[in-house]
Amino acid sequence: MTVYVARRVVLAALVVVGVIIATFVIARVVAGDPAATWAGPHASAAQVAAARRFLGLDRPPAVQLLSYFGGILSGNWGLSVHTHQPVLSDIGTAAPASLELVTIALIIALVVAVPLGLVSARWPGGLADQAIRAGSILGVSMPIFWMALILQLVFSQRLHWLPAAGEYSPSLLFSHPLARLTGFSLIDATLTGNWPMLGGILAHILLPALVVAAYPAGLIARMVRAQVLDTVGETHIQMLRALGFRERAVFGRFAMKLAWNPVAAAVALVFGYSLVNTFLVEAIFDWPGLGSYATASIATLDTPAILGVTLFIALVYVAANLIVDILQAALDPRIRLR
Amino acid sequence: MIEAPTPADIPGAVLPQGQALRRGLRDNPLLLVGGLTVLLIVVVAVFAPLLAPFPADAGTATHPFAVLKPPSAEHWFGTDQVGRDVLSRVIYGARISPLVAVIVLVIACVIGVPLGIAAGYFGGWVDEVIMRVTDVFLAFPSLLLALALAAVLPTSLTSLTIAISVTWWPWYTRLIRGQAASVAGRPYIDSCRALGIPRWRIIVRHVLPNSVTPLIVQVSLDFGGVILTASALSFLGLGAQDPTPDWGLMVAEGQNYFTTAWWVVTFPGIAIMVTAFAFNLIGDGLRDLLDPRRSLLP
Amino acid sequence: MRLAIRDLQVRFGDRQVVGIGEFGLGVAEIVGLAGESGSGKSMTTLAVLGLAHTVGATVSGSIRLDGTELTGLSQRALQDIRGRRIAAIFQSPAMAFSPVFKVGSVVLRALRLHGMSRADAADAAARAMRQVLLAPELLDRYPAQLSGGQLQRVAIALALALRAEVLLADEPTSALDVTVQAEVLELLRGLREHEGMSVLLISHDLAVVAELCDRVAIMQGGRIVEQGPASQVLSAPHHGYTAELLAAVPRVGAGPAAPILPAPPAPPPPSGEPPSAPADGEAPG
Repeated sequence: MTVYVARRVVLAALVVVGVIIATFVIARVVAGDPAATWAGPHASAAQVAAARRFLGLDRPPAVQLLSYFGGILSGNWGLSVHTHQPVLSDIGTAAPASLELVTIALIIALVVAVPLGLVSARWPGGLADQAIRAGSILGVSMPIFWMALILQLVFSQRLHWLPAAGEYSPSLLFSHPLARLTGFSLIDATLTGNWPMLGGILAHILLPALVVAAYPAGLIARMVRAQVLDTVGETHIQMLRALGFRERAVFGRFAMKLAWNPVAAAVALVFGYSLVNTFLVEAIFDWPGLGSYATASIATLDTPAILGVTLFIALVYVAANLIVDILQAALDPRIRLR
Repeated sequence: MIEAPTPADIPGAVLPQGQALRRGLRDNPLLLVGGLTVLLIVVVAVFAPLLAPFPADAGTATHPFAVLKPPSAEHWFGTDQVGRDVLSRVIYGARISPLVAVIVLVIACVIGVPLGIAAGYFGGWVDEVIMRVTDVFLAFPSLLLALALAAVLPTSLTSLTIAISVTWWPWYTRLIRGQAASVAGRPYIDSCRALGIPRWRIIVRHVLPNSVTPLIVQVSLDFGGVILTASALSFLGLGAQDPTPDWGLMVAEGQNYFTTAWWVVTFPGIAIMVTAFAFNLIGDGLRDLLDPRRSLLP
Repeated sequence: MRLAIRDLQVRFGDRQVVGIGEFGLGVAEIVGLAGESGSGKSMTTLAVLGLAHTVGATVSGSIRLDGTELTGLSQRALQDIRGRRIAAIFQSPAMAFSPVFKVGSVVLRALRLHGMSRADAADAAARAMRQVLLAPELLDRYPAQLSGGQLQRVAIALALALRAEVLLADEPTSALDVTVQAEVLELLRGLREHEGMSVLLISHDLAVVAELCDRVAIMQGGRIVEQGPASQVLSAPHHGYTAELLAAVPRVGAGPAAPILPAPPAPPPPSGEPPSAPADGEAPG
């Protein structure tokens, strides 16, 4: 097992190196002229040259790459052109809100999709199955930004059921100030027993979370259906039936247990995908996370910020992949021995 | 792009003929629905100039006195923030998204498939190098890498297309490599080699055809994904520019007027959804149809 | 007759795969159902359990357990009967247990499903394991950690613990080594002797049937072509098919069995002697 883990970690480290090099290539090679962007649109040639020296762009590429590397590893991810803050600290402030959003979204997706997938598998080809299948495919076909706008219009503006924007209403912040312990609003509110605040945040997170949950829900429902149907033909399922177990238990407890492994893997992977989807959703709901930060950076062409966020999410993705690989190997001995 | 495990990845999946095909289509009404919808979209795209009531509105025309009019008999989808007929723009938009998707997928295949075959067939260090590079690309969620690239390139539909293509080819390399490796390992390939058949011939006549079926399924599934990615990037302002009637761009432009003029955002969005949905239905239906286990059912 | 089958028909659409006129299982009796693969033996088991619909087959006719008619019962009622009164063991013990559950977990759940308390279930399981000569600790293992023979014995232990009246054993030894086979057969015999269970032994292996069964029924093409006391049927068969089956059983020291198909003409021997042509229609038996 340790050999397997070591191998996976080394591979992941190699990929991380590659990812950093990739962001470097995008930053310096593909991008037009960072110096010109830094100096601003009305800079003179001398100012651009000065910017180039300041940014270290006049050194040979190999040296630039090495110092870029060193910077990344030591926590210097550059300065945001827009906020003039270190990119890493910007990300540190913005990331928790997005991580919360994606986590809630995935919880919603699981709660909705697993039962639907089971129903689909229990009566395959039936009306429910066809409807759930169509629904799942619809879920993965949704233009997320559009869904966000529509939900906001319908549930906030027209029906007034849910708040339209922000993480919590400002008036609530005034009456029930939220202590910042971990940086994660939901956790902080729970830890300090600040229930009104917790309710407020949950109300605000619901709409964006529903939007982000659409794709994972569609994916998980279909995956559960496929996995459970695969198992159902097997002898051990017949044996369980022959022992007198109800169909509901056969599907829900026994067949599903086999499906959890691949579903858990898919959830971990779709975490990274959903994190990127927040780019399309947060700005619309004014949710103060990475997505809003990234959208603002794109609008201002803040290259260091954009690449910082890119690198961050890629690292989260690699880490998630690695954890999933190791967990799967821990649960299924056949994987380690291959 | 994450997909559920696909049985069509099994080499040897065949397109059922005749009666099996008819039965497959009957069991899969969604496939038929998807196919017809895509046909409709293609027809709309091809005949756009004839179908659009105000073709000029898809271009640079503006009508300052007809700004943000709600849907009516004259303007079925209303008008947008500079007075252009939304219906016409949506119709012309059908020319953009599918075309971008086709170009992206062609480029992705042209780059990805040969690399995948090389990696799978030759193995060894060729395989290692190609796979490591692929791994790095695949370490980025697809939208993210395309976004980063599109953000640093000069903003245009072309940049967007290139950005997405660069993100997409690694998936095909990985897919094809798996197929190629499993085919290359089979004994009859060894006999081909022993008989002195040139490598390229082996690849073209044996490795390639066996890898094609899962590729077809994956490409049809990816159509929807590319369309969504492209519209998302356009929404963020990284793709088509005004006055191009790109659906994603239209949603972005209409955002600010959304609360009072819902039609500017709603119809282009529906167009994106319907297009992606239709392609996904086809992809899903194809995957089921080509599932070799189908033939085992009574 | 504890289990009485009459006019049983199992069909896939229009195609009939089982057509049994009359067949039964008495109390404390081991009856063999023999025949080649595809003769409908396994479908009969599924029909008795009321699980034929899970493979898409329809059932008509009468199956009575101690007088209670099983066909036509609701799934709810059948679920109560399955396990508690009719138990089953399958051909591939390794596949019969869910790979992600500990073996004991399935056993205990099944016992509790049929009304035992947690403590009683644990006791019954441990007792049953000892009866099949396995250490109760083995219940804590996953199927992959147990051998085929051990798993089959756990399956029998399960039937014991449930105190089923009827055991349907579908090719219980086909996937096992000969030595392990003997042990499992011995256990099945014990079920009849000590628990009074009625055992339906399904097998294509006539040697196994001969060793264990009191009565035997031979199936061909979904029908029973001959049935009666084992000693009688297997030594003096009436039906031609039975005789063929018997002759097909390899016997040590008996030399090569006669070919079923006429042999192709032998090439001319170098010495010029005419080859001995096989007489036409020389089918065995």
